[in-house]
Amino acid sequence: MSVPAHLEFFVDPGRCIGCQACVQACSECDTHRGDSMIHLEYVDRARSVQTVPVVCMHCDRPTCAEVCPADAIKRTADGVVQSARKPRCIACGNCVMACPFGVPELKLDRQIMMKCDMCYDRTSVGKKPMCATVCPSQALFFGTREQMHALRPQSMPTNEFQFGAQTIRTRVNVMVPRRAGTAPLVDVTAAMNAEPTPRTVRLRVVGPGTSGAPVAGDGDPFAAVEI
Amino acid sequence: MATLPVDELHITKVFGPHLSASVRGSTLDEPERLVKTHCCFCGQQCGIQLKVRQNEVIGFEPREDFPFNRGMLCPKGVKRYLQGSHQDRLTRAFRRDPSADGGFSPLPYDEAIAVVGREIGRLQEKYGNAAVGVLGGASLTTEKTYLLGKFARTCLKTPFIDYNGRLCMVSAGAANKKAFGIDRTTSPWSDMVGTDVIWVAGSNVAECSPITTNYIWQAREFGARVIVQDPRITPVARTCDLYLPVRPGRDAALFAGVLAIMIDEGWIDRDFIDRHTVGFEQVAEYCREWPLARTAELTGVPPRSIERAAELWGTAKSSFFFHARGIEHHSNGVQNSLGTINLVLASGRIGKPKSGYGTIVGQANGQGGREHGQKCDQLPGWRDISNPEHRKYVASVWGVDEKDLPGPGVDAYELFRKIDRGEIKGLIAICFNPKVSLPDNQFVTRALEKLEFFVAIDFFLSDTARHADIVLPGSLQEEDEGTVTQVEGRVIKINKAVDCPGEARQDWRIIQDVARALGRPKGFTFEAPREIFEELRRASKGGVADYSGITYEKIERQNGVFWPCYDADPRTGEPTPDHAGTPRLFEPGSYNPVAKGSGPFYFPDGKARFNVAEYRPAVDDVSDDYPLFLTTGRVVSQFLSGTQTRRIGPLVKQYPEPRLEMHPRLAEKLGIADGEWATCETRRGAITVRAMVVTTIRPDTVFVPYHWGGEKSVNRLTVAAQDPISKIPQYKVCGCRVRRADGPPEYAAVLEPQQ
Repeated sequence: MSVPAHLEFFVDPGRCIGCQACVQACSECDTHRGDSMIHLEYVDRARSVQTVPVVCMHCDRPTCAEVCPADAIKRTADGVVQSARKPRCIACGNCVMACPFGVPELKLDRQIMMKCDMCYDRTSVGKKPMCATVCPSQALFFGTREQMHALRPQSMPTNEFQFGAQTIRTRVNVMVPRRAGTAPLVDVTAAMNAEPTPRTVRLRVVGPGTSGAPVAGDGDPFAAVEI
Repeated sequence: MATLPVDELHITKVFGPHLSASVRGSTLDEPERLVKTHCCFCGQQCGIQLKVRQNEVIGFEPREDFPFNRGMLCPKGVKRYLQGSHQDRLTRAFRRDPSADGGFSPLPYDEAIAVVGREIGRLQEKYGNAAVGVLGGASLTTEKTYLLGKFARTCLKTPFIDYNGRLCMVSAGAANKKAFGIDRTTSPWSDMVGTDVIWVAGSNVAECSPITTNYIWQAREFGARVIVQDPRITPVARTCDLYLPVRPGRDAALFAGVLAIMIDEGWIDRDFIDRHTVGFEQVAEYCREWPLARTAELTGVPPRSIERAAELWGTAKSSFFFHARGIEHHSNGVQNSLGTINLVLASGRIGKPKSGYGTIVGQANGQGGREHGQKCDQLPGWRDISNPEHRKYVASVWGVDEKDLPGPGVDAYELFRKIDRGEIKGLIAICFNPKVSLPDNQFVTRALEKLEFFVAIDFFLSDTARHADIVLPGSLQEEDEGTVTQVEGRVIKINKAVDCPGEARQDWRIIQDVARALGRPKGFTFEAPREIFEELRRASKGGVADYSGITYEKIERQNGVFWPCYDADPRTGEPTPDHAGTPRLFEPGSYNPVAKGSGPFYFPDGKARFNVAEYRPAVDDVSDDYPLFLTTGRVVSQFLSGTQTRRIGPLVKQYPEPRLEMHPRLAEKLGIADGEWATCETRRGAITVRAMVVTTIRPDTVFVPYHWGGEKSVNRLTVAAQDPISKIPQYKVCGCRVRRADGPPEYAAVLEPQQ
């Protein structure tokens, strides 16, 4: 039982409508019933309706596992970083602080860290993860790279992220605007400083032809409204 | 005697809304079976599988084989299963009893039915048949809506039946009837992917019909330009290509202004207009009254955006136009809808692949529920109760004399005015919570209190059912089978997952029990929904909404059947048992029984109608005293009046209480900060809720969602103005004023979020 290599997870924040179907569905899981392992946040609700769903990115070299003093976090051969193993986890919270994506959560009542394991109970037996199955705008998508290429001609997947000096590669992909040239890299640190406008929120994608020039609709559509 | 038996808080303590747990059962509970069915909430009718164990729904599994949603669900669909086995579920009949805890005491079901029979009979004997009214709903299966219409007309013999689709679908329905002669969206949603332009007018798609977002955005991936017309930057507006920030209540003017530009620029399909339509010249003449500057001035949409809309729409090769309650919930709702249809007809892009038009229905059976006779002016098959031929046909199916069929009744709001005037003394209501959902709902409450006898059929004690003399325990969607017709016009099958608990009964059985108790059981002896459907097939045959060729088996086999579906070729009368239905309307060369081959539209000449879609100012528009626009709508985690969703814990947690959305510029002017209590006041009343300060709404407009009752109900503020044709209430605009509240409202200390 493992997740087939040709099936990948794609997150397309530009498509997220913030409905929380993923969060509600995640909490139905038999392995963490009642708790959702997905983080869904508004970027800045006062300024935009843009929301971002965050699942575990399943890093090639998981920082959470590297900092775990009890060796409780394992990455299986299919590239899935599993939730903490109960007999080992000492609920120290190192992983919670170290994860660049802010994914693991400490469940103090149970004295364990829990996080998204890409619905291992489903994906390892050929099903799609619950969140990507229900997501009504398919901001969360699970399938082949070819399917994604056919469905989203205007964007492309990247799995490389810059956090300060740390570059991270992940099994999970994020969709970014398609540009000519090499695969782009998302500079998360730089993006933290961007202020959203009512219409657009842009990822800081670094790479050829990816200037941060404003796009139509960036301005305030209500500028002329008198009250 | 339909006053509240005890005060609201005491009723709530016993009957809820209480919150369900966040999940059900333990992880060790393996389901015994999965039941393929559909969600109980909105008109998208997503396929879903319910996990069943020991006559209880314990969870869900996505249903990826249903082509419309392929497993996708919104949070309501995910958590809908928690409405079953709920502590508030009515499992017995109740009678009003001020001495009882919670104001109601249980009584045996048979006794309750006997009381209903006796009281309804007494009222009809004393005041006449028309002294009893019936209210239905568009979340009922088509079988139930059909039976309810038949029950009102042949058992009660009252003209006064109407339904909560009056709050929902009627503006679009009336416009469709005037323009096309048929009332259905033209195309399956899959047609949308590959189109050039999609115009979404007055529809918060992401929250009210979430699955549709994926279709729109998939079309966008393949090059479609998306135009969104809304006073709020909703999630689909966030990434659209052209945002039209229209002032509430000005939609018809915007459509006229856009069409004026299209005509000037020659961006219209003259050939299509000449060959397939009538009435264009009058519309063109009216549009000349809307030059760019005037249109921009009135609608609040910048001139360049109006020009851009005309260009995008006018020069497209294929297109879809969608609208929903945002332009329909107006005293000008039919005109607004006709304005959109004029843009579609002028473009000539209808009746072909990748081009369509439709209204996004709100309720589960918003489509089917408006076709088969619970509407006050209608008989099954979308027939007209005033048409002698239609009456004769349906009377023959029902085995009654045509002369005994009552004529048209009145709309749901007028029905309450009749109660208020003492003309209607008794009421039977199911699937309708007018105390929350109708505008100016304190009037509705006063009217309810005047009823001599009120019986409510409900599964939870809704805000309205609290006024009932007798409450009969009805069925949840998963406790019965039947059909509904979803947003695309696809007839689908709801399958039973569990039995009704306790003495609760399937709604159609209850209606028949009442008929029996009245001593008028003729025509109400069905043993199963399938039998009702078989009669409905015959009753709809030959009507525009012809279901004669649809069977439960065909629905299962095809994963739905688009009506009209004929059991005999309307041209030749030859049996057509394999007729697959009609996914796309108005295709060139298509035959329909009204046009009889003269054209694709449902009029004798086969041509579509342009209708002058006139702008008229809203009733109770903004004024010096009430300078801000108040508009209302939904949030994604709640549904309609909240009778179900305010009882589902995780959905309440997601968006616990109504908030007043306002722009920071307005908030600053009023001295209100995000999260502070704000009072919104109109000529009808005032409510105090917390402010939500966001840049995603017009600065001259405030928005409050409508899912709550009592002190939190925005429908205390809305105006009971109605469209003259469709009678839809004007929920989407009225003048209001807002001020910082002096402190928390009294309810804040006593009411739970869901109340």
